[in-house]
Amino acid sequence: MSTDVMSSHHAAGHDHEHDHDSGGNTVFGFWLYLMTDCVLFACVFATYAVLVNHTAGGPSGKEIFELPYVLGETFLLLISSCTYGFSMLAAHRGSKSQALGWLAATFLLGAGFIGMEINEFHHLIVEGFGPDRSAFLSSFFTLVGMHGLHVTAGLVWMLVLMAQIKTRGLTPQNNTRLMCLSLFWHFLDIVWICVFTIVYLMGVAA
Amino acid sequence: MFGKLTLESVPFHEPIIMVTIAVVALLGFAVVAALTYYRQWGYLWSEWLTSVDHKKIGVMYILVALIMLVRGFADAIMMRAQLAMAQGSEQGFLPPEHYDQIFTAHGVIMIIFMAMPFMVGLMNIAVPLQIGARDVAFPFLNSLSFWLFAAGAILVNISLGVGEFARTGWVAYPPLAELGYSPGVGVDYYIWALQLSGLGTLLTGVNFLVTVFKMRTPGMTLMKMPIFTWACTFTNILIVASFPILTATLGLLTLDRYLDMHFFTNELGGNAMMYINLFWAWGHPEVYILILPAFGIFSEVISTFSGKKLFGYTSMVWASGAITLLGFVVWLHHFFTMGSGANVNAFFGVATMIISVPTGVKLFSWLFTMFRGRVRFTTPVLWTLGFMVTFTIGGMTGVLLAVPGADYVLHNSLFLIAHFHNTIIGGAVFGYLAGFTFWFPKAFGFKLDERLGKGAFWCWITGFFVAFMPLYVLGFMGMTRRLNHYDNPMWQPYLIVAFCGAALIFCGILFQIAQLIVSFKNREQLRDLTGDPWGGRTLEWSTSSPPPFYNFAELPTVHNIDAFYDMKEKGTAYQRPASYSPIHMPKNTAAGVVIGLLGAVFGFAMVWHIWWLAGLSFLGMIATFIVRSYNQDVDYYVQPDEIERIENQHHARFEAHGQALNTTSFAEQV
Amino acid sequence: MKIEQFSGYLKHLVWLPLLLLGGCKMALLDPKGQVGMDEKSLIITATLLMLIVVVPVIVMTLAFAWKYRASNTKATYHPNWSHSNRIELVVWLVPCVIVAILGTITWTSTHELDPYRPLDSDVKPIEIQVVSLDWKWLFIYPEQGIATVNEIAFPKDTPVNFKITSQSAMNSFFIPQLGSQIYSMAGMQTKLHLIANHEGSFDGISANLSGEGFSDMKFQAISTSEDGFKDWVAKVKSNPETLDASNYPALAEPSKADPVRYFGAVSPTLYQHILMQYAHGGHHAMNHAEHADAGMPGMHMNARIEESH
Repeated sequence: MSTDVMSSHHAAGHDHEHDHDSGGNTVFGFWLYLMTDCVLFACVFATYAVLVNHTAGGPSGKEIFELPYVLGETFLLLISSCTYGFSMLAAHRGSKSQALGWLAATFLLGAGFIGMEINEFHHLIVEGFGPDRSAFLSSFFTLVGMHGLHVTAGLVWMLVLMAQIKTRGLTPQNNTRLMCLSLFWHFLDIVWICVFTIVYLMGVAA
Repeated sequence: MFGKLTLESVPFHEPIIMVTIAVVALLGFAVVAALTYYRQWGYLWSEWLTSVDHKKIGVMYILVALIMLVRGFADAIMMRAQLAMAQGSEQGFLPPEHYDQIFTAHGVIMIIFMAMPFMVGLMNIAVPLQIGARDVAFPFLNSLSFWLFAAGAILVNISLGVGEFARTGWVAYPPLAELGYSPGVGVDYYIWALQLSGLGTLLTGVNFLVTVFKMRTPGMTLMKMPIFTWACTFTNILIVASFPILTATLGLLTLDRYLDMHFFTNELGGNAMMYINLFWAWGHPEVYILILPAFGIFSEVISTFSGKKLFGYTSMVWASGAITLLGFVVWLHHFFTMGSGANVNAFFGVATMIISVPTGVKLFSWLFTMFRGRVRFTTPVLWTLGFMVTFTIGGMTGVLLAVPGADYVLHNSLFLIAHFHNTIIGGAVFGYLAGFTFWFPKAFGFKLDERLGKGAFWCWITGFFVAFMPLYVLGFMGMTRRLNHYDNPMWQPYLIVAFCGAALIFCGILFQIAQLIVSFKNREQLRDLTGDPWGGRTLEWSTSSPPPFYNFAELPTVHNIDAFYDMKEKGTAYQRPASYSPIHMPKNTAAGVVIGLLGAVFGFAMVWHIWWLAGLSFLGMIATFIVRSYNQDVDYYVQPDEIERIENQHHARFEAHGQALNTTSFAEQV
Repeated sequence: MKIEQFSGYLKHLVWLPLLLLGGCKMALLDPKGQVGMDEKSLIITATLLMLIVVVPVIVMTLAFAWKYRASNTKATYHPNWSHSNRIELVVWLVPCVIVAILGTITWTSTHELDPYRPLDSDVKPIEIQVVSLDWKWLFIYPEQGIATVNEIAFPKDTPVNFKITSQSAMNSFFIPQLGSQIYSMAGMQTKLHLIANHEGSFDGISANLSGEGFSDMKFQAISTSEDGFKDWVAKVKSNPETLDASNYPALAEPSKADPVRYFGAVSPTLYQHILMQYAHGGHHAMNHAEHADAGMPGMHMNARIEESH
């Protein structure tokens, strides 16, 4: 608004989600939220570390993990981070269709990851190695499942955002949201790297 | 269809509960009838429930806190009455299955649903004003935080009449809190109430950190922030770092109870010690979350009413920072008796003691703020002085408990109960009540009655000492906490005295209720027309009382720590700009209240295993959020002519009556 | 003990306010064993040390508030005085010094009073295995081959080594007049070393909420002479009731305010059995033993389990 004579610093102060100046606040706030999420994951990682040997007569990680399969999952997620990056680049260029295309690719890769994870869980449960079998399996399912739930939430968000970009274009508001989801998605990727290393690689090596 | 919920879930056979519910229902009905009769539903909805104004949200937080204070106090007085009676063959009037719920509810309510909202409410009212901001960074999120918290409070209160509350103590240690030993819905109410309100608190923490770091008025560097804002900032750092631990811990307990997992069970490799560690990794920072803002309030109060700058501002900030950091490395002192090695126990004991250093520094800072000042003994000052005496004792007993060798005999005793009430009542609650009196005129435009306020203070403080000093002695006599009855006749006199203390505190609460009623009746005489009733020093006093919804017509520029005092000294206070610029403000939204209430439905459905309803309400919450994200009509600009109209009104009142008042208050100050 | 000397004559001062509160019997201030006595003097020493700061702060609070009251216009008024390096130094330093002293005391006393540390004594210790049940205490004397509910006895001046576990919820094993307490937890064993230096019957309690019957979860700890203890053991032994894994579950059923019970004989493996009932699977030995039934039929993963063996 042209009559708004407040300096941009102030304007940033009283803005809300959709105003372009508020992007900085929103992204900063989202960073803070991610840090809290980090603490959340840290707790569950710690729990996993405590319980990893409490197999209570059930199988240990070494006996149930299929590394090649999980490696496949990992690559899906890693590639989805790249495609998200391409989407961001496209958005930066202002190319709505390309941004949407890369987002769609990201979504498919993420959905593939979730599908594979559900399949893995299903197999384990059918074999009697469900989360109720032992403390180790409880913590395994919870840690991996919590990451999976985060990815699922990210996918829902991505769908909504794709619809919003499609109808409204790359508005400042949508760009801020794209940025936040980007942070979220890469964050989940990093968490997965930790899961893959600590749960699967170390589990099989143990 | 209704999961585990049947008509038998309502405890019709418990007369105490039924009478309580009848009274609450009657009161509720009266409120609803009054709202309908005076056609106030629309006003309530558009001005309060859907408001995103930080001041109104703050008022709502405090309202809930006060209601929950009464509820939590009712629990307390029942407990004291039970123990005053239940000696020898007497079993008192509360059987263990009921009594155990009461002390659990008392703890949960007082900490999570009284102290927390009181603190968050004061923070909401004061912090944006103190930093010269027009609202918080994310006003909708703020409303959502409140309603998530309210959802938790609703669940706790529903548990009174439908089903039961946890019987595990407020810490809900497994394996006692596991399905095997607590098969009822009590622990589930506990879990969902805490999860919902915890989520609200977490969002508040994020929101206020962004507000404080990004929205300070020009010139206000970090080291020029008012000390209360600093205290709240450290509190928010603690919230952001510790509440996710609570979320995780309760989440794991939920999985144990709902999906037959084995995190904390005795069976199949679970480890209950892990819960205890995780719980206190949140629980100990939580203590500082409660106390730091109270420290901030005392600093503001003592400086304002001594008419003097706060002594050692920098020390104060660093001391708070040190407490924040150290607060994370002491959690193990809550369970020295779990059999950790001597080195571990000694480390955590010494770490705990070190916290007493910055805390001691704060006490000295307040002392030297009074030194060579002009102390006006208003109600907030009385609370502050009462705090300084009481809290010092509580701090001492706390350090004593931090010595593992002493804790081995004092752990879980009534000595411990006396200690933490000593710090929570004498520290946090006194602080909030001081802040309540201090900022009440800012929020409502009139002061609270001083005489009744002082009456409340004297009842509270004598009541506190009469109620809790005997508990220290009982601790030495070997009385442990959470006992339902006992057979040592020597304990009884002390417990009767403690009951009398609780009765005195009750008088204090009555005084406070009377104070609110009388002050409302006399609001015209008590009206604060200047916006600066106490000779204030920080920016919240530079605007009118209550402030306009946009807080400041023009953002103030800050040159000094006590910004408003500085302006008054330099004669730049109350200056009006030549013209006003449009102000960008958020619009009210129903999304917060809708999501919050759906959250309460979700929690209730989860407690009773009504899966369809849980699924539906959860989807409803997500859908509301998505719909909200589509809404682009979320803000507007206040036009200069409207600002001018509002400001003219304020200045007219200020001129007409304010000048005389201002002179006296200024004289008072000098 | 050094702490004892340190507090020395000063401890009598502390009695004054406590006496004012009533000439009653305070279990923690009337300890009957070395551990409790050490803990009592530790409490007194620490309290006195802290009073060095606490008393001046309280006095100064009241004095400053009174002296600088607004109506006292004769008092100095410096509205802008808010900093003094000297005062700041003192207010940081004094608490630091006190905490340094207290920290040192804490460090040494925590090691000396570590509940796991066997007590220094020439007398051969007696071992008692403790199980917290819903809501009673089971005591097993492995050397004497007897068990009791809600009552223990031991000779005075003899160190007692408690090994403690739980059948259900967590409790805290505590005999206030003898000193330290420690948690009892299922599937785990904690240890506590106590001694009684006087004869007498002392109250024992659970100091951690464990459910409905928790308030009545009390026992008597009888400290007696050598002969008195022998008589007590003989009395228990003469009881025809015995306890082993077969009738233990019945005993472990929840019950409230149980009377004292004696078992003339007890299975020597019962305590181990109670301890291990939850512990299986946590350790590798058990792990291997149980793999046979862990593998569910018909899945490809079975193959890998066998490979790993």
